Amino acid sequence: MKKNRNHIVVPRPGERRFYGHGIPGVHLDELVGKLIVVEGADGSGRSTQIARLVEWLETSGHATVQVGLKRSTLVSEELERAQEGNILSRTTLSLFYATDFADQLENIILPALKAGFIVLADRYIYTLMARDMVRGMDEAWLKNLYGVAVEPDAVFYLAVEAEELVQRNLSKNASLDYWESGMDLGLSRDMFDSFVQYQTAMQAAFRQLQKTYGFTIVDGNRSVEAVTEELRKKISAVLSGK
Amino acid sequence: MKTFAELNFPGRLIAVEGLDGSGKSTQIYLLKRWLEAEGIRVYFSEWNSSELVKSATSKGKKRELLTPTTFSLIHATDFADRYERHLLPLLRTGYIVLCDRYIFTAFGRDVVRGCPPAWVRGIYNFAALPDLTFFFKADLEVSLNRILEGRPKLKFFEAGMDLRLSSDPYESFRVFQGRILEQYLAMSTEFNFIVIDANQRVEAQQAVVRQLVSQRIDLARFKRQKPLPPPPVRWNKKAVEIEDEPAE
Repeated sequence: MKKNRNHIVVPRPGERRFYGHGIPGVHLDELVGKLIVVEGADGSGRSTQIARLVEWLETSGHATVQVGLKRSTLVSEELERAQEGNILSRTTLSLFYATDFADQLENIILPALKAGFIVLADRYIYTLMARDMVRGMDEAWLKNLYGVAVEPDAVFYLAVEAEELVQRNLSKNASLDYWESGMDLGLSRDMFDSFVQYQTAMQAAFRQLQKTYGFTIVDGNRSVEAVTEELRKKISAVLSGK
Repeated sequence: MKTFAELNFPGRLIAVEGLDGSGKSTQIYLLKRWLEAEGIRVYFSEWNSSELVKSATSKGKKRELLTPTTFSLIHATDFADRYERHLLPLLRTGYIVLCDRYIFTAFGRDVVRGCPPAWVRGIYNFAALPDLTFFFKADLEVSLNRILEGRPKLKFFEAGMDLRLSSDPYESFRVFQGRILEQYLAMSTEFNFIVIDANQRVEAQQAVVRQLVSQRIDLARFKRQKPLPPPPVRWNKKAVEIEDEPAE
């Protein structure tokens, strides 16, 4: 069959569910859009890939919306300020981010899915859970907390070696971020060592979470184009309901 | 869930719960004054007062941005900050900590707003139970009248307007408070609330509270070893300087 260049794929609705208790009053069958999550550490290429995916999806006729961590109207400024002072204890940090997440879930993600948009999430509950697990929070507690989240249609984890991440972060910013280096954990006073140890622990937490949430691991050590190619192929399959 | 005493903390936590207008804040204030006068190490913490979180909560309330879920989570964040930064260290040092509202406020309010009870309780399960919880039980009409007497301007969330119970804030407040009262009564036995008849006079209630506290807690253990040191000289001077300023 000859492929029509102007043919626009209408995404097939799939099974929708919340991970746990969910949000009161939401009708899951109305959420006809698609939720695509890209996970990975800073420097794993998330933002680059998301920008490329948006370009491709919009050209292909799909409306898109982007969400990410610490972008809520409700608490993003306060969370930023609190982190600058480095005075957040772990439960507070965890709940602060959960509030930020829930605000975007209810005000952006769910309405967009209802309107049939493709929502691209620059990280989702998994990064939040992994960070908290590395800080010793109870996994069952986290699962209850994030039971509000709707299950995405696809989750891609961009896996990049910790040493490679250091190189990418340093060449981009000439410095490492305090929180992305896990400096609050006191692993090492040396930021470089701390970064490598922390990112390694994060990867272990992701592997642990992968058992429950089954996301797709994408080799992020490859070229930008190769990664985009793989993501596009997999997302196309999701949109056509395969 | 265990109390601080059961977890072998040297400190003790006393919480007060009740509807708006039940008089609980007055009672815990008077309890604090008494304990301080007795030379006891005491710390007071109020619901929704964390310096880190407060501005987000008030923005959310003012601009009506909160849903039942985010309302619940932002109050849990506030609680966690106070719990981890103030309550836990003080209880480990051997303070008597007084809380104006504790986790039961969330258990009641958030559930009335439609959050699943198991979800709310799960979130707060990092917190130990109070050693004493006083529940100030006034007739619904009594607490409503105390609040509504002056026809105050009720705030949106305070009146439960987000529940769309009524377009009249006063009617909404009545129904909302009535539902919270039901939740409190349902929790009373499960969490060993000490029920105080809040229809009584202030002094009569305080007498009961002080008597129960001295019966249940060995207060002598919580006295300061020596009196508080005098405030630093610099601080005294400043106070004098202020007094010296000419009156306008």
